[in-house]
Amino acid sequence: MPVFCWTALAANMLIVAAFPVLTATFAMLLLDRYLGMHFFTNEAGGNQMMYANLFWAWGHPEVYILVLPAFGVFSEVAATFSGKGLFSYRSMVWATLGICILSFMVWLHHFFTMGAGADVNSVFGIMSSIIAVPTGAKVFNWLFTVFRGRIVFTTPILFLIGFMITFVLGGLTGVLLAVPPVDFVLHNSAFLVAHFHHVIIGGVVFGALAGINYWFPKAFGFTLDEGWGKASFWCWLIGFYLAFMPLYVLGLMGMTRRLQHISDPSWQPLLLVAEAGAIVIFLGILCQIVQLYVSIRTRESRRDLTGDPWNARTLEWATSSPPPAYNFAVLPSVETIDAFWEMKRKGLAAAEPAYQAIEMPRNSPIGIVIAFFAFFVGFSLIWQIWWIAILGLLAIAITILVFGWSEDREREIPASQIARMERARLGLGRPA
Amino acid sequence: MTIATVDFVPTELARGRGGGGPAPTRTVVAYGFWIFLLSDFVLFSGLFAAYAVLSDNTAGGPTGAELFNLRSVFIETMCLLFSSYACGLGALSAERRRLGHFYISAVFTFGLGAAFLCIEISEFAGMVSKGDGPSRSAFLSAFFTLVGTHGAHVTAGLIWFIYMVAQVAAKGFRPHVLRRHLCFSLFWHALDIVWVGVFTLVYLMGAR
Repeated sequence: MPVFCWTALAANMLIVAAFPVLTATFAMLLLDRYLGMHFFTNEAGGNQMMYANLFWAWGHPEVYILVLPAFGVFSEVAATFSGKGLFSYRSMVWATLGICILSFMVWLHHFFTMGAGADVNSVFGIMSSIIAVPTGAKVFNWLFTVFRGRIVFTTPILFLIGFMITFVLGGLTGVLLAVPPVDFVLHNSAFLVAHFHHVIIGGVVFGALAGINYWFPKAFGFTLDEGWGKASFWCWLIGFYLAFMPLYVLGLMGMTRRLQHISDPSWQPLLLVAEAGAIVIFLGILCQIVQLYVSIRTRESRRDLTGDPWNARTLEWATSSPPPAYNFAVLPSVETIDAFWEMKRKGLAAAEPAYQAIEMPRNSPIGIVIAFFAFFVGFSLIWQIWWIAILGLLAIAITILVFGWSEDREREIPASQIARMERARLGLGRPA
Repeated sequence: MTIATVDFVPTELARGRGGGGPAPTRTVVAYGFWIFLLSDFVLFSGLFAAYAVLSDNTAGGPTGAELFNLRSVFIETMCLLFSSYACGLGALSAERRRLGHFYISAVFTFGLGAAFLCIEISEFAGMVSKGDGPSRSAFLSAFFTLVGTHGAHVTAGLIWFIYMVAQVAAKGFRPHVLRRHLCFSLFWHALDIVWVGVFTLVYLMGAR
């Protein structure tokens, strides 16, 4: 299984395990606000600290929900554009699953200053440092994957290189903050703001941008413009360092977060540097919009007809771009980790397989219909317009009941249609 | 950069890892529903944690020992457990396509579930009428929310169950109806597991 699939699986396991805690927490908060209950209030035995605990019991796994898929993207990008298999696939998978478990054991480091005591803080400080170990193993794996590879300098691998440098630095400031006495000094300061932007932009945003550039041709059938992509990378990288490095210094100078004024004039020069960085990042975003616009305008000349524009290693590149609804006409035989690479290496004979009908789930509008009504429920709950909330909830219930009665949620794609589509793709002419 | 053009056509059917093709729909549906149930357990675990933290914070109000009537909670528990037992019998009769048996077990599944709900509502109503509602203390907030969330699940389950029986009546034991009934059975049994936690943590430990 490609490492991106592993990290997506791990992120989804975290979603199933972490998000219900947020649901429960918000339900309790809602009951406090609307029905006068006392979960987190200051009176009648409520416990405000419980809110911070419950929120971050979701919130810390959440940052790994964000970053694990990015790790997966970079694993694919590193292997593809270095022309080498991923270094130490197994340790990559174990590190992913290790992070999955450890991510639930560090939440208290978000509020060392709350006063849980030296023992509790020590445990969570140590756990927070330990979670850097599997992440460090991953960084070494990416380094060794790229090391002595035949690197093709495309936009995605530029983001990978930018990520490896930026994320390691951001991770190190995180390990620094994991030491409770240090955190007592830096808590709620611009240093913290710099740290989490460092890992979120350097990790998640760079990962997402690398992933968009990497998989765009697979999803839409044409490649993105490399020139504008690289321009956006350089703007993002330079802009990031300009914008957030000053915040570390400002944090050490005593600037707290969420200020709407500048309480110390000596902060001003560094804040101007940070603002310049924000403008450069904005230029990076503009470059991406231009990249998208230019690529769509010139899509005819940049069509991906092979389905494999990067000479890639994993199975999704064995399909056409964009892939057909059934993905694979015949289930591929997977014997190695880089299954597609192995197939290309062996150069399998182009004998036509016996196509079979494939059962597919039908498209269903239920998700978007429920989301439509849920929007009105949420909006009216916030503004306490009860009749809209009740109507919205009723509409959701009716939608579920209507959908719950339906049948034939599968459709079958006949073998003849699959044969026609596959033959057209491979240029084999019409079936006899 | 080099662009490889590959005329790749897989010649063999899958036999490596993941060979054999996708699992049957029944397995996929049940597996997906298990994942939903796991997420529901996590939601309850948040409420359990809140209850454990707040259970002593009575703020001068009544404690569990003063409020809980273990005799009625025992009857309530038995109603829910036997409702699940009847639901299991219903699933067996659905497997054997015995419509009559299915309807009889359905009456018991619904009746006992509704009895559970009535006992719970009367317990809540009694407490609220004495001024010991959910806003009296943090303990009562956590109590009403934890037990009430379970009760809300039971209510939703009962509505779902009527709908399932209606589908069996209208469509018969078709595969997709049986799959939905399987999901309902899993849901109904999962609520038992949650209730065992409620019964132990809230009532048995709280009534001391």
